[in-house]
Amino acid sequence: MTRNRLLFIFLSLLCVALFVLDLTLGSTDIAWRDVWAALTGGEVDGVVRDIVLKIRLTKAVVAVAAGAALAASGLAMQTLFRNPLAGPYVLGVSSGASLGVALFLLGAPLLGVAGGSMMQTVGLAGAAWIGSALILTMVLAVSRRIKDIMVILILGMMFSSAVDSVVQILQYLSNEAALKAFVVWTMGSLGDVTGRELALMLPVVVVGLVLSVAAIKPLNLLLLGENYARTMGLDVRRSRVLILSATVLLAGTVTAFCGPIGFIGLAVPHVARMVFASADHRTLMPASMLIGAVVLLLCDLISKQLGFPVNTVTALLGIPIVVLVVVRKKSLF
Amino acid sequence: MIRLENISLGYGTRTLLEGVTTHFEAGTLTALIGRNGAGKSTLLRALAGLEPLQAGAITIGGQSIAELDGAEAARRVAFVATDKVRIANLPCEDLVALGRAPYTNWIGRLQAVDREIVADALAKVGMSEFAHKTMDRMSDGECQRVMIARALAQQTPVILLDEPTAFLDMPNRYELCRLLQRLAHDGQKVILFSTHELDIATKMCDAIALIDTPQLLHQPASEMVAGGAIERLFGI
Repeated sequence: MTRNRLLFIFLSLLCVALFVLDLTLGSTDIAWRDVWAALTGGEVDGVVRDIVLKIRLTKAVVAVAAGAALAASGLAMQTLFRNPLAGPYVLGVSSGASLGVALFLLGAPLLGVAGGSMMQTVGLAGAAWIGSALILTMVLAVSRRIKDIMVILILGMMFSSAVDSVVQILQYLSNEAALKAFVVWTMGSLGDVTGRELALMLPVVVVGLVLSVAAIKPLNLLLLGENYARTMGLDVRRSRVLILSATVLLAGTVTAFCGPIGFIGLAVPHVARMVFASADHRTLMPASMLIGAVVLLLCDLISKQLGFPVNTVTALLGIPIVVLVVVRKKSLF
Repeated sequence: MIRLENISLGYGTRTLLEGVTTHFEAGTLTALIGRNGAGKSTLLRALAGLEPLQAGAITIGGQSIAELDGAEAARRVAFVATDKVRIANLPCEDLVALGRAPYTNWIGRLQAVDREIVADALAKVGMSEFAHKTMDRMSDGECQRVMIARALAQQTPVILLDEPTAFLDMPNRYELCRLLQRLAHDGQKVILFSTHELDIATKMCDAIALIDTPQLLHQPASEMVAGGAIERLFGI
């Protein structure tokens, strides 16, 4: 317990340190003093203030929110499906969100529908939510009938492939401007979120995180499988709805605003399990959120330094962890 | 303690049990036997409130199990299923503590009394020294004991077990049954378990419930042996 408490303190400090570092590093050189002045409202050049507050601060907050959100939903999915390779991405939630976004960015212009910029913001997130909710409902409906979890994983992958085809059809039919907007979205970016979008994204993610915390006890009971959970007094159907709603809010929202960010949701819960040597979600849930935030801040720093899209960095960091989990083959469920 | 009143069970048009009326008293260990597919698991699940009845009612201490919500039912009936549970990083103590779920708050916080009950449950199944070990490095017999300790921690008057001896070798089977015997007699619990081990059922249990589709024959073990129903049904 004391070891875990120390780990939490260390990770929190690391998170704060990376957050500050993320504010001070970027394509423009800005002195620590000026960053601090911009944050606290002191004397500073207007352009510098804009860079720090509108670009860097927004981006760092997005990294923290998205990292925590993806990790929390990945942990919940792994326990719900009792599969270490489950995650928002693997089960097609992000693909569902992509479809929603594709229909919105590519399909709507095809139909000659266009809206104002606020409409665009609500619509993009809404479309991603609907898409991810749709896919999750399908996976869930199938998972109730099929016992073998591998079949469900394969079906999740098939859903993703089917979605990709639909998206390709839309791309084929679309004009250049719409196509470019979509392709840019698929590359994943923490930096494209505006302050106004953040004001929409953050509360939704917070609600999703609160739901995830509310799901801690159900998730602990679900470790033993749905049969046992039910005999220990869990309303399994309600818990599923709770956990899936949280995932739609978390993974759907993050994907809507930042594009599909891979491997955070899959790998971070495993890191949390390894680091904290625990299976208890009272430890794992906050640990995953914290490690998710730390990892995505780190990925953002690396991607800024190297100039790569953030998605490539999360994949390169995440894949070795997933490989390690598969190779060790320790039964997690 | 637990009463079956004119219950019928089945899937769709297939009837497993029809018009069964019987009751199980506190302090008895009962073996549930029957051919494959006769409905042993289904009956156990129905007794735990997991399976809807086609007709009739099951009451525990006078209350219908169908009318209880999840947590209320979980305070009356504990269940040990056939699912193999092996969770890395989950110490036995924490696993047994999950049995306290019907009593704990929204996040499952354990009070001092809960910890005592968990320690007591582990002691009763003789697994105290495994409290901090994780199940991925334990034998089937040890795991089964821990799952039973989890059921004990639920502090229910009724414990149901679905083929608890299935993966165990001979000495472990007998030892497990002796444990169940002790728990039923000392704890004044109703313990009902399904099994294919006829010798264990006849020699070590107080009573036997035999599914002779669509009826349930429920008698003291000695009467059941003398009556010859087992030989008839299993063709021995």
